[in-house]
Amino acid sequence: MKPAPFEYHAPASAKETVELLAELGEGAKLIAGGQSLVPVLALRLAVFEHLIDLRNVAGLRGIEDRGDAVWIGAGTTQAAIGRSGLVAAKVPLLTRATPLIGHFQIRNRGTIGGSLAHAEAAAEYPAAALTLDAVIETLSPRGQRSIPAARFFTGIWSTALEPDELLTGVTFTAAAGRSGFAIEEFSRRPGDFAVAGAAIAIELDGDGDGAQIRRCAIGLFGLGPTPLRAAAAEAAVTGSHVRDARTDARAGEIGRAAMAGLVSVPSDLHGPAAYRTRVGAALVAAAWRRAVTEALGEAPGGALSEEAAGG
Amino acid sequence: MADETGVEIRVNGRLRRARVEPRLTLVDFLRERCQLTGTHVGCEHGVCGACTVLLTTGDENASVPGMPDGQAVRACLIFAVQADGAEVTTIEGIAAGLAQPRAGELSAVQAAFREHHGLQCGFCTPGFVISVTAFLRDHPGPTDEEIRDALSGNLCRCTGYQGILAAVRAAADSMHAPTEE
Repeated sequence: MKPAPFEYHAPASAKETVELLAELGEGAKLIAGGQSLVPVLALRLAVFEHLIDLRNVAGLRGIEDRGDAVWIGAGTTQAAIGRSGLVAAKVPLLTRATPLIGHFQIRNRGTIGGSLAHAEAAAEYPAAALTLDAVIETLSPRGQRSIPAARFFTGIWSTALEPDELLTGVTFTAAAGRSGFAIEEFSRRPGDFAVAGAAIAIELDGDGDGAQIRRCAIGLFGLGPTPLRAAAAEAAVTGSHVRDARTDARAGEIGRAAMAGLVSVPSDLHGPAAYRTRVGAALVAAAWRRAVTEALGEAPGGALSEEAAGG
Repeated sequence: MADETGVEIRVNGRLRRARVEPRLTLVDFLRERCQLTGTHVGCEHGVCGACTVLLTTGDENASVPGMPDGQAVRACLIFAVQADGAEVTTIEGIAAGLAQPRAGELSAVQAAFREHHGLQCGFCTPGFVISVTAFLRDHPGPTDEEIRDALSGNLCRCTGYQGILAAVRAAADSMHAPTEE
């Protein structure tokens, strides 16, 4: 028993939760799966007077098909998301990101809402949410709010959540048309935080090799104080013909372009900034090749490649 | 000191009631309140896996006949108050799912660890056995690569893991006869 003492609350509803948050103020912290928070408490990196446990809060769990979108309750475990056939069919990037999170014992407890609210810059779900332009839903005593992922991650372990605001769910747009998704990361041991990582989502317009890249999202993690989008590299490739973009040389260029303009790449014992950007460029290139291969695999008459099938 | 809270946790089939400080972790509850010291405390911050137990809450149940229920979780990353109303299986109860358990009888996973030298000092072993039990229940007939991945959340400082890998392979093969694809 290493954490400092705290008072424990287990409200039954989201409304009750945010009222408690408002009443208790900055000394209160929400706990869901606790897989990031409890180590922080055990090491006394942070001390809270009150923990508000979300385990009894109704309506926070579940995965719902909403046609062209998928809603995932904040309290849904990473394990449940990893097992979901609906997620695999409609938000495949999330399915592929899940096994990269910690170990299976961690994923049995850890939740998507906790991952997003903790906002670790090297974590997989925040980067996936940013890459997929997910919308984060919240509740506070002032009512509900929807926050685009692009405006959610504001700094190191910091988000747009107000102190009395509860993350209730997240909505992902379902994959449509000829699209491809890939996530790549490098970590020193399986389950460790990534030294660097990249997630790619692309959508093609047209058939075969003449298709154009209609939409491209390049998400980066472990390469700054928050997950990031490589906006300039995305813009440079959007609209180009896929036959030009699928070569190894072009993938390498896109990887390097995605690293251009990064201003606060971390340096620590796991790797200096210069190393991280070299790794990051290679990961973007690898993810790019996978995503393009998958998108082309959906082309009429085109065979799904083994790489994409294994993706 | 913060106020104590009442908890009821069913541990290896027996209901345990206690008043606990909210900061008491589940692993300390098991060791100090239930005197079940088979679950070991290693790093106390979720890295080593020595404290792994099976936890059954109302939400997600994985039930396989003859196998213990519950999800493998780190008992150092859960407060006992969070497990109020839940069921826990520890290493002491892992063989209880056998058809006719007798005192001292080992589960298939335990027997394979003994047979294949899957332990030396034994400190990490309860966590490994629990993790492997849940893994093989949920993934019958795993590949060697899947076994390696499943073991990545538990640390062993003695064996070099080869004996553990051999034990899990043997346990998997003994529990699930190979099926024709």
